[in-house]
Amino acid sequence: MAALVVLLFALAATGGLYAALAPAPKAQAQDSGQQSLAIEQGKKLYDVGCASCHNSNGQGSDDGPSLVGVGSAAVDFQVGTGRMPAQQPGPQVEKKKVIYTQAQIDQLAAYIASLGPGPAAPTKDQYSPADADVAKGGELFRTNCSQCHNFVGKGGALTHGKFAPSLKGSSSKHIYEAMQTGPQNMPSFPDSTMPSKDKADIIAYLHAVDTAQSPNPGGFTLGSLGPVSEGLFAWVFGLGTLLGLAVWLAARNTKAKKS
Amino acid sequence: MSTTTEEAPAQRGRPSNPGERVAEWADGRLGLYKFAKSNLRKVFPDHWSFMLGEICLYSFTILILTGVYLTLFFHPSMNEVVYHGSYTPLQGVRMSEAYSSTLHISFDVRGGLLVRQIHHWSALIFIAAMIVHMMRVFFTGSFRKPREINWLFGWTLLFLGMFTGFTGYSLPDDLLSGTGVRFMEGAILSVPIVGTYLSMFLFGGEFPGHDFVGRFYSIHILLLPGMMAGLLVLHLILVFFHKHTQFPGAGKTEKNVVGAPFFPIYTAKAGGFFFIVFGVIAAIAAVATVNPIWEMGPYRPDQVSTGAQPDWYMGFSEGLIRVMPGWEIRAWGHTLVLGVFIPLMIFPLVMMSIAAYPFIEAWVTGDKSEHHLADRPRNRPVRTGIGVAWLTVYFILLIGGGNDIFATHFHLSINAITWFVRVSFFVAPVITYWITKRICLGLQRRDRDKVLHGRETGIIKRLPHGEFIEVHEPLSQQQLHVLTAHAQPKPLTLAPEVDENGVARKAGPIAKVQARLSQNWYGEHSQIPKPTAEEYEEITSGHGHH
Repeated sequence: MAALVVLLFALAATGGLYAALAPAPKAQAQDSGQQSLAIEQGKKLYDVGCASCHNSNGQGSDDGPSLVGVGSAAVDFQVGTGRMPAQQPGPQVEKKKVIYTQAQIDQLAAYIASLGPGPAAPTKDQYSPADADVAKGGELFRTNCSQCHNFVGKGGALTHGKFAPSLKGSSSKHIYEAMQTGPQNMPSFPDSTMPSKDKADIIAYLHAVDTAQSPNPGGFTLGSLGPVSEGLFAWVFGLGTLLGLAVWLAARNTKAKKS
Repeated sequence: MSTTTEEAPAQRGRPSNPGERVAEWADGRLGLYKFAKSNLRKVFPDHWSFMLGEICLYSFTILILTGVYLTLFFHPSMNEVVYHGSYTPLQGVRMSEAYSSTLHISFDVRGGLLVRQIHHWSALIFIAAMIVHMMRVFFTGSFRKPREINWLFGWTLLFLGMFTGFTGYSLPDDLLSGTGVRFMEGAILSVPIVGTYLSMFLFGGEFPGHDFVGRFYSIHILLLPGMMAGLLVLHLILVFFHKHTQFPGAGKTEKNVVGAPFFPIYTAKAGGFFFIVFGVIAAIAAVATVNPIWEMGPYRPDQVSTGAQPDWYMGFSEGLIRVMPGWEIRAWGHTLVLGVFIPLMIFPLVMMSIAAYPFIEAWVTGDKSEHHLADRPRNRPVRTGIGVAWLTVYFILLIGGGNDIFATHFHLSINAITWFVRVSFFVAPVITYWITKRICLGLQRRDRDKVLHGRETGIIKRLPHGEFIEVHEPLSQQQLHVLTAHAQPKPLTLAPEVDENGVARKAGPIAKVQARLSQNWYGEHSQIPKPTAEEYEEITSGHGHH
């Protein structure tokens, strides 16, 4: 009898705790309704645009990796920058025209996220907070990123035709997502290795040095590629001009005037 | 008083014009008049390619002028400071005083960035001009007796210029140049046995230590430029002493110099050219960024950027390293890093091969006579071919040094470029040598044809009996001179195996090699016989068909 009473109490306590702590049932119902609609729409888009390589239900095939657990951040980056759907196989899938609307991308992301838990697309507070530290972002960028992307994000070569693309013109959200998910040949920097704040600092640094508004105190940057473009410029425009002027000057002699 | 009578003659001879008085005063103490009289009218030949050395001289002068300005503000110290200057993306970052003072020069000193950029662009153009100047001297054979020593002076200037540049761009202690210094440290470490000691000695302990900026500073602003200034003066004195070479032409011989006098024509031109060079470099520095150290950040050994190349003149050493397979030999607890050590050995070889060339050519051809008439490159196909082959190796290595930039900008695989460079390093110079030699021989044939048959005018004439002929216009005397002035030496031959007394004579292996090379240089496959006076007479006397 005592055991029965204890059991009843325990059940009541569990139920009461659940009732107290569970999320508001009404809101959840509304949300999950929209969510399941997005997933459904996303699946339709997926079956048309993605399944030929990634297989049904994102299981992956020889032509494309499994998408289970990549999360909505990866989808938002890959489709949002036009890399996916891929045009052709190659060393690396390149950025191209975006063919989905942001609403469709969100639906695709919702569908992929429903296949397994993964990093979620960041919010504006995460990728462009007001208090980002540009100088610290610069140090983090030089420590973690510049060995592939060059010191101001102009990009660089990797092995066998792969490359780290230029970061100029990439949106803050996409840069954040790339760090979060590590697309293609890029290593990923999850929050456990690089906290959200650090990612925002890096993005702030890139905005300070690598946008159309960034100041170029020295004049034309020649691509900010380092000494190769400078050397080429010195030979072609520097020495080239001087040689032309030397020829011009040598032609102006007394003999040339007479004839 | 007696003093007045003594003053009288002086008063009489005293010129009324104050300028003349100053001149007289100076002449009495420096002997300027006599020196000027004998040298102001010294004649220099006129050709645009003779002004290449001037570009070097003027850009060196600009380097000294701007360099002095930079030393006023630069702190050659590796003390750590926190930056609080006006470049916001670096505020609060820890850096060396050298880097911080370079930022200060760039952003807070009036005209600092412009002067920095003039200095750096001048350095790039200075060494480019030295290479082109050296190639002009090489391809025209102007290094031959009596100018071999001056060739070596010039070559040493190039070599020192490269290292002055290297120590100079390492001073700001930014991430890019720090990577370059680390590269150099790695190269030093690869030297067997003494490498580690040398590195510890140079950096005063473990890399990077606290010494190298200060040491590089002394080397960059004092030691190397001092040596270069001295060599430069010697170089110019020898040019003056030997007199300048000239291209062949009517009235130009091995014994005279035809051109404009040093004063006033040449001085006016040269002085004007200085301002042109300064103007062009200043204009470039005003519009184009060079070495934006603020973008690169301060050097930290745990950071690196892609696209980390040295300035272009060190690019071929970067290429050697980048394309060399990473071979290593490990034995008895030691590692011999051939992947770095072999390039380190080839680097001076590339430079020294061109330095030694005049002596090799003189030995092969056995030529002991003086030369003051410049060769036309086509008339010396082997030398021209060798020069082009050297340039090919140099250029191929530059591609190797910039392989990542080439890969991203031409959408190529960096591995493919590396393999292309590895193969081309051996194959391309042979191909370009051969092609150049064929082109030279073709041009010699055309010269011969032009001398004998005149210039093709493109005018087609129909003769009364219906035949069409093209009118050829005979060359002027001046043109004939240019095309026929060169000598065509005979190759060296081995002495007969049996001398006139019937005694057997043995040719040593070195003599045999010399004779073979000489055959290659001046044999029948290396020069087209130029038209003789008899051939010319024969054709122009009317027996020829046109």
